[in-house]
Amino acid sequence: MRAADLLTASVLALLGGVVLYDAVRLGIGWGTDGPKSGFFPFSLAAILILMSGVILLQAARRASTRPFVSRRQLGPVLKVLWPAAGMVVLTQFIGLYVASALYLGFYMRWVGRHSWLAVVGLGIGIPVATFLIFETWFLVPMPKGPVEAWLGY
Amino acid sequence: MGIENLALGFQVAITPFNLFVAVVGIALGTIIGVLPGLGGANGVAILLPLTFTMPPTSAIILLTSIYWGALFGGAITSVLFNIPGEPWSVATTFDGYPLAQQGQGGQALTAAFTSSFVGALFATVLITFFAPLLAEIALKFGPPEFFAIQLLTFSSFVGLGGGNPLKSLVSILLGFILASVGLDIVTGQLRLTFGVTDLMKGFDFIVAVIGLFGIGEILLSVEEGLKFHGAKTRMNLRVVLDTWKILPRYYRTFVRGAFIGFWMGFKPGGATPASFMSYAFAKRFSKNSERFGKGELEGVVAPETAAHAAGVAAMLPMITLGIPGSPTAAVMLGGLIIWGLQPGPMLFKEQPEFVWGLIASMYTGNIIGVLMVLAFVPFFASILRIPFGILTPLIIVVCAIGSYAVHNSMIDIWYMLLFGVVGYVFKKLDYPLAPLVLALVLGDIAENALRQSLIMSQGSLAIFFTRPIAGAITAVAVFFFVMPVLTPWWRRLRGFAAPAGESGRH
Repeated sequence: MRAADLLTASVLALLGGVVLYDAVRLGIGWGTDGPKSGFFPFSLAAILILMSGVILLQAARRASTRPFVSRRQLGPVLKVLWPAAGMVVLTQFIGLYVASALYLGFYMRWVGRHSWLAVVGLGIGIPVATFLIFETWFLVPMPKGPVEAWLGY
Repeated sequence: MGIENLALGFQVAITPFNLFVAVVGIALGTIIGVLPGLGGANGVAILLPLTFTMPPTSAIILLTSIYWGALFGGAITSVLFNIPGEPWSVATTFDGYPLAQQGQGGQALTAAFTSSFVGALFATVLITFFAPLLAEIALKFGPPEFFAIQLLTFSSFVGLGGGNPLKSLVSILLGFILASVGLDIVTGQLRLTFGVTDLMKGFDFIVAVIGLFGIGEILLSVEEGLKFHGAKTRMNLRVVLDTWKILPRYYRTFVRGAFIGFWMGFKPGGATPASFMSYAFAKRFSKNSERFGKGELEGVVAPETAAHAAGVAAMLPMITLGIPGSPTAAVMLGGLIIWGLQPGPMLFKEQPEFVWGLIASMYTGNIIGVLMVLAFVPFFASILRIPFGILTPLIIVVCAIGSYAVHNSMIDIWYMLLFGVVGYVFKKLDYPLAPLVLALVLGDIAENALRQSLIMSQGSLAIFFTRPIAGAITAVAVFFFVMPVLTPWWRRLRGFAAPAGESGRH
């Protein structure tokens, strides 16, 4: 927990530094029409760095009791995270519906160990249902790829 | 004058289409409230794009109904599965789950739903009377007053939020920083984009809500090895009617809970402390206080009444001042802007049928809601029996759809994942997420109020203290900000060992 606390506070302080840098470029003083663009971000970043610093000190003075995440906990978390990231990558290239069909099927088979019948049925059924709801009923377009183009959408 | 307006509102809210919308919203909301990883705020955020083509009044009725449904749904998981869907349902599990284990789940659920309904109704009545008054006063507010209210909003997270006040402050600052990314409308300059085109559009808080609360919550729940041990329930008309015969006994708890809920609720982050406080009070004043935590019906009544009263009260600053009291209210505020309405006190003057339709729908929505959940508890509880291997990818796909639909932009799905990881880390390290979201929503409004105030005063911060209303509000805000520093000294002075509000926790 302590290491994660230290790391997060450092990242936040670093982020504050980046904001500070850009705010100075924009100008933090008084312009012709009131405070310049950098005024507000500068104040925010300055306090952010200060607060992150205090949190860093607090965390450094505390003894580490338990780990941020145990190996046993990390496994299931990554098991959710990587396939989800994979789906987002696929969405970029082959559209959301096909990507979600592949993702649902993969996850159901790999983690859920469901029967192939359920995998194929729900893997196709759910994206088709979302397509009907969003694309045809509520007219909200989703990213589409070659398969949808081939079907004429 | 108020009654005529309310009658006008009911004419809007009771049209067949709007009643249908309310029923759909409550059904969807209850499902959302039951599902792990989905709650009021991100449920409303995901379904927001579906309202773009609706008339604004129907749209807000849909969103508020989803919210009521989610609040009811949270009670189902707390009582039957010992899983508090939202932080303010934690206190409901103390007595709700033991009751369910003893085979009295039906009684506990009836008590929970009825208390929710009473709390919500009480808060709605207060809103009906106070909202027009508050809006009338707010019409006289200038930029310094609005900025002072913003300060008060965020100071209450720091002063009353519990946890590490520094981390609350960091969350607020991070939200404001994310809000300032992109085009500065006042000067036309690009801020914090570093030449990256995708950053020019900035960060949308709806995507942040879906990522932080949706994806982050899923990551947290799989880490704990998600397993549901649902208690069996018997729920029929007999059980409901029998419980209703007992409940009037607890009228004191109802009234106390409703007042605590409303009072805490219109300040941000109030629902959770309100539910704990109401539970603690009920325990202290009850004749059976030793039964609390082992399955006492009054222990379900107290937190549920307060949490729902608070949930409804959070709408009060949203419709009168344009400042949301909770992340869910913030998403609704975002909806208002998308539908082309200007949030704030002028809404009462310019869109009376919208405002009063909304207020009237709080009555109808909660009546429909309590009847629906009472009738369909077994159906809603069965949702949690869907295997985890199907539920997880389904929720993530729905989150991705909701994120993309906001701006039809692919980058938002990536942001959703990123916010999901941030939400997971922040939640584990006790950085509160609600203030981050609120700051992200209010960033532009707060900055403009600050700038205009400073222009009025030619750069002097004294303007926030010298104007009477702004000065009073700023003083309270400053008090809340320094409260975490003062409290330990005060406590040492009085010789207190532990904070009184914590006594409800087990």
